[in-house]
Amino acid sequence: MDATDRKIVNALQGGFPVSERPYAEAATKLGIGEDDLIRRLDTLLSDGTLTRFGPMYHAERLGGALTLAAMRIPPQDFERVAETVNRFPEVAHNYARTHDFNMWFVLATETPERITEVIGEIERATGYRVYNMPKLEEFYVGLRFEA
Amino acid sequence: MEHSLPTPHRPRVDDADRRLLAAIQHGLPLVSRPYAEIASRLGLSEAEVITRLTCLRDTGVIRRFGVVVRHRELGYAANAMVVWDVPDDRVTELGCCLAGFDFITLCYRRPRRPPHWRYNLYCMIHGKSRDEVFAHLEWMVNHCRLQALPHEVLFSRRRFKQCGAVYERQPIAVS
Repeated sequence: MDATDRKIVNALQGGFPVSERPYAEAATKLGIGEDDLIRRLDTLLSDGTLTRFGPMYHAERLGGALTLAAMRIPPQDFERVAETVNRFPEVAHNYARTHDFNMWFVLATETPERITEVIGEIERATGYRVYNMPKLEEFYVGLRFEA
Repeated sequence: MEHSLPTPHRPRVDDADRRLLAAIQHGLPLVSRPYAEIASRLGLSEAEVITRLTCLRDTGVIRRFGVVVRHRELGYAANAMVVWDVPDDRVTELGCCLAGFDFITLCYRRPRRPPHWRYNLYCMIHGKSRDEVFAHLEWMVNHCRLQALPHEVLFSRRRFKQCGAVYERQPIAVS
């Protein structure tokens, strides 16, 4: 990753034009050519620096639902429970964290009602309580990483 | 008389919008006129795709359009969820204060779950090392005057899944 790649990653986290020639438009602002931008994005995607290049949706505005859920799993049972939880297609991200509450995952469902159902299914499948921690208020942040 | 619960405001998303969102969820084509290519796949015109996407973005259905980075590959190895026990009448004030730092990537109020879980304000700090995260945290505590508030730092030890959510049975990234 060179200085131009870093500029691209930093600039395009903030947005991408919706116009007939969006790469040309973005490239002009970066002071490079359209072909160069496309080629560099292709490389950054292939080497895994970028996971995706496109839209992030607002699940609730599409009729779906999202929540954060947490579990307290004894260390000796952690692997089994992680495997069981990860098999649910509604589990989008799952992180092991350094705490008594040691498993934290995001649930994404097509309807709000389905969140409660999936939580019940995970509790029955694992034998442990799932703590539902839905977002009650969101404070604005820019979500970006300086490359 | 029929009584119904008030429904939260939701922008209208029609069938063509849904097909369009499904078509671009894995990413935009890397060609000079990507919206024209999407349009031809869906049997729409390029102008219609541009109009619909602009509208979806302006109404917030698309929260953000651009690149999604894999933060660990950029060297952000330490990812901490910091949780705070904040008096209910100060959550908004402190949430806004925390959200103002550029190393904070998410900041939410969430419910307490007594007696096991007392924390009601969450923020995510990404840093290149745990030391960097602690330095950010100290700076934040001083700036927002959080010294008296109980908090805990939960570092991620392992990431099992980062596949995005499911929209029409296809993975997408949602924030």
